[in-house]
Amino acid sequence: MARAAVSGGLSPRLVWRAARLVEFRDETPSARTLVFDVPDWPGHLPGQHVDVRLTAEDGYSTERSYSIATPADGTRVALTVQLVEDGEVSPYLIETLSVGDVIELRGPVGGWFVWRPADLAPVLLIGGGSGIVPLMAMVRARREAGSKALFRLIYSARTPEDRYYADELRTRARDDFGLDVSYVYTRKTPEGWPLPPRRLGVADVNNGGWPPDFQPACFVCGPTGFVEAVADILIALGHDARRVKTERFGPSGT
Amino acid sequence: MEIFSDDFTDGNAMAGPLREIFAVDMTGATGRCVSCGDEGPVAGMKVYAHAPGLVARCPSCQEVVMRLVRGPSSAWLDLRGTMSLRIPMPAE
Repeated sequence: MARAAVSGGLSPRLVWRAARLVEFRDETPSARTLVFDVPDWPGHLPGQHVDVRLTAEDGYSTERSYSIATPADGTRVALTVQLVEDGEVSPYLIETLSVGDVIELRGPVGGWFVWRPADLAPVLLIGGGSGIVPLMAMVRARREAGSKALFRLIYSARTPEDRYYADELRTRARDDFGLDVSYVYTRKTPEGWPLPPRRLGVADVNNGGWPPDFQPACFVCGPTGFVEAVADILIALGHDARRVKTERFGPSGT
Repeated sequence: MEIFSDDFTDGNAMAGPLREIFAVDMTGATGRCVSCGDEGPVAGMKVYAHAPGLVARCPSCQEVVMRLVRGPSSAWLDLRGTMSLRIPMPAE
């Protein structure tokens, strides 16, 4: 953890590193957490991401960015990757990559969309789909650091089956003092859910979030359309734009 | 028009490519747009990745504020749409 202080600071040139897959687990039928061992990993802050590079035998290479799902843990770097059906990179990472295989990765990068465990301000996390990943790193880092910062997480998913980290979030919402978690379902709700499936709206942000007076640090992550809509809601509710940090993954479904 | 679609990401996606060039993280730098004068973090720029390279537009006025093309032996950074960048520097 101590070395994470270097993140965003003056540090050696960004280099591609060999990352070996050491374990994986499926989060949903179309999302997998991949844990890599990366020798000489400098540590990272929750919210940071990595660039992944795949190179074909003919020399063609392509890169994608993935958020880190866990706090700094030595040389371990965990990414949760959503399968994009006609994608170039995610099908390989999910369907082909086996334990022991090596890919190239560089990072950590991004020093803006980060939460620092020393920050005591209340935090509002709003994630859509795979946008939960960097927010989960913050939730996990909070507990690990013994932070007393109050956290509220609003998680929008298509269906209950599409939720990442479902069991862990259930446990944390019970055991991590000062963490509240609420859900919005856009396509299908659990049985007995009081509301029909719908997009996250003003009422959800009002009920599941913090009043602007509390001056919470807001982190919004997800598909571009989702992030735009949620950021607009937060500003309309009176949150200071400077305290609303956003990360857009691009069009929904990619 | 493409610029009104949601087919973009944001300046967070430029963290790696810019960190290749600069010694510090640039996503938290505050840029001022030449066209409209609006100020905001590089992370908040609208980034289009399907052009050759990366094209960043001002979230307020949609003008191009930054272009970055990486070739095999050089990186081309066009900042003509950016008036200034205020870059947070880590303490010595």
